[in-house]
Amino acid sequence: MWAYVVRRALMYIITLFLVSLIIFVVIRVMPGDPAQIILGTEATPAVLERLRDKLGLNEPMIVQYLDWLEGALTGNFGVSINYDVPISDLIASRLLVTGPLTALAIFFTIILGIPLGIYAGVHRNSIRDYGIIVISQLGIAMPAFWTGILLILLFSVRLRWFPAGGFTTWSEDPLAALESLLLPALALSGIRIALITRIMRSSLIDVLGEDYVRMARSKGLTERIVIYKHAVRNSLISVITVLGLQVGMLLAGAIIIESVFYLPGMGRLLVLAIQQRDLPVVQGIVFFMASVVILVNFVVDISYGILDPRIGYE
Amino acid sequence: MIRCFKSRNFSIGFLLTGIVILTTFLSFFYTPYDPNKMEIPARLQKPDNDHWFGTDHYGRDILSRVMKGAVNSITVGLIAVGIGLSFGLLLGIPAGYYGGWADEIIMRLIDAIYGFPAVLLAILITSILGPGIKNSMIAIGISYIPIFARLTRGNFLSLREREFVSAARAMGRGNLSIAWRHILPNTLSVLIVQATICFALAILAEAGLSYLGLGTQPPDPSWGRMLKEAQTFMRLSPWPVIFPGLAIVIATLGFNLLGDGVRDILDPRMKFLR
Repeated sequence: MWAYVVRRALMYIITLFLVSLIIFVVIRVMPGDPAQIILGTEATPAVLERLRDKLGLNEPMIVQYLDWLEGALTGNFGVSINYDVPISDLIASRLLVTGPLTALAIFFTIILGIPLGIYAGVHRNSIRDYGIIVISQLGIAMPAFWTGILLILLFSVRLRWFPAGGFTTWSEDPLAALESLLLPALALSGIRIALITRIMRSSLIDVLGEDYVRMARSKGLTERIVIYKHAVRNSLISVITVLGLQVGMLLAGAIIIESVFYLPGMGRLLVLAIQQRDLPVVQGIVFFMASVVILVNFVVDISYGILDPRIGYE
Repeated sequence: MIRCFKSRNFSIGFLLTGIVILTTFLSFFYTPYDPNKMEIPARLQKPDNDHWFGTDHYGRDILSRVMKGAVNSITVGLIAVGIGLSFGLLLGIPAGYYGGWADEIIMRLIDAIYGFPAVLLAILITSILGPGIKNSMIAIGISYIPIFARLTRGNFLSLREREFVSAARAMGRGNLSIAWRHILPNTLSVLIVQATICFALAILAEAGLSYLGLGTQPPDPSWGRMLKEAQTFMRLSPWPVIFPGLAIVIATLGFNLLGDGVRDILDPRMKFLR
């Protein structure tokens, strides 16, 4: 098993390296002169030259890349042009919003998606099953930011139960902070809930048709034990895999949702950095997000075998 | 063809995409009002006989704007899927057909892009190329290249060992002819299903980018941008945020169901896997 883990780890490290290269090439090489992009067309040559020097753009490309990579691997992404603070500090402070937001969204996905899927799978082909299928089909087609807007319309504008946006910091009032994350997390999890419901349902139906389930039934076990102890357990494997792979999608979704609810998270920082042409910040955040996604994919990959002993490590 | 309509997914998907595509064509010749014409005194009106979907904060007719927005979404879907499909084939065919080193190098590169969430990649690319509809099409298209490349490679990998390929080779066909005329047609069904689903995803992605201000630029109507602008005024009138959102859902749902339906028809074993 360890040989397998090491081999996979090496593959993911190569992937991470390639990702860093792609980001660097896209940001530094494609558009021409980053200093020009940051300052616009009206900057004087002297100002441009000073910024080029500050960004290290006068060094050879390969030196620039290695410098940046060395920094990025030790958590040093350079300094933001607009805020003039280390980018790692910016990311760390925004992570306090984006982290709990995604965690809460995963929580909603699990506590709503899995039971709905089990319910639909157990009552296959009933009216209630069809109802759940139709709603989940709709859910997959709903863009998260529209779900968010509708939630604001219902819970903030009409019912006035929740704030319509903004964020109270954790140190100020932890409960209020959590409250301001509830609607965004719900909006973010909408598509995920629909997806997990469908996957849970179909994988439960598959498992219920297998021999060992028939065996458990013919032993005289109650339907409850057959379903929850034997069938659900095995069908959870594919659900957990999909859930793991959704982490990347959640981070990307957070970029838009944070803009809908005016949350000061990483996604909002990214969008603002793009608008303000703060390229080092864009580069840092994209690399950070991509690393998180790659790390999660690696963990999911490895946990296959731990969850399901039938899958061997070759 | 009649057989197709026995699939419920296909029928509903066909109907919904039909509505969207007809609206797109219709909007070239007719919209109830000029979609960009402002009429401030008639701003934020409720739906009535004059304006079926109401008016927005500049008094523009929402129905006309939703209709014109369909052109946007369909164009982005077509171009993005076109880019993803053609470059995906270009990379996937040699990787799957030849295997070996070509495969290793291409697939490592593809995996690196695949590790990126598509929306993040699209945002990164538009941030560099600059906002605008053309760039967001390119960006969304690029983020689909890995999907199509992996799919093509997998299919070629399994099909190249089949008898009909050996037969073609025995008859003296060249590599290009075998790949193009014998293997590719056998992978078409899978590619069509994926293309339909990517079309739906492209509509969602374009709406998202436009919402962030990175896609279609004002005053041209785009469903995502309309939602962004209407959000500010939704305390005064909820209608401008309802209809563009519904349009997105109908278009996305339509192409999703169409994709599911085609898959049900072409390959009944794959039912319900997504």
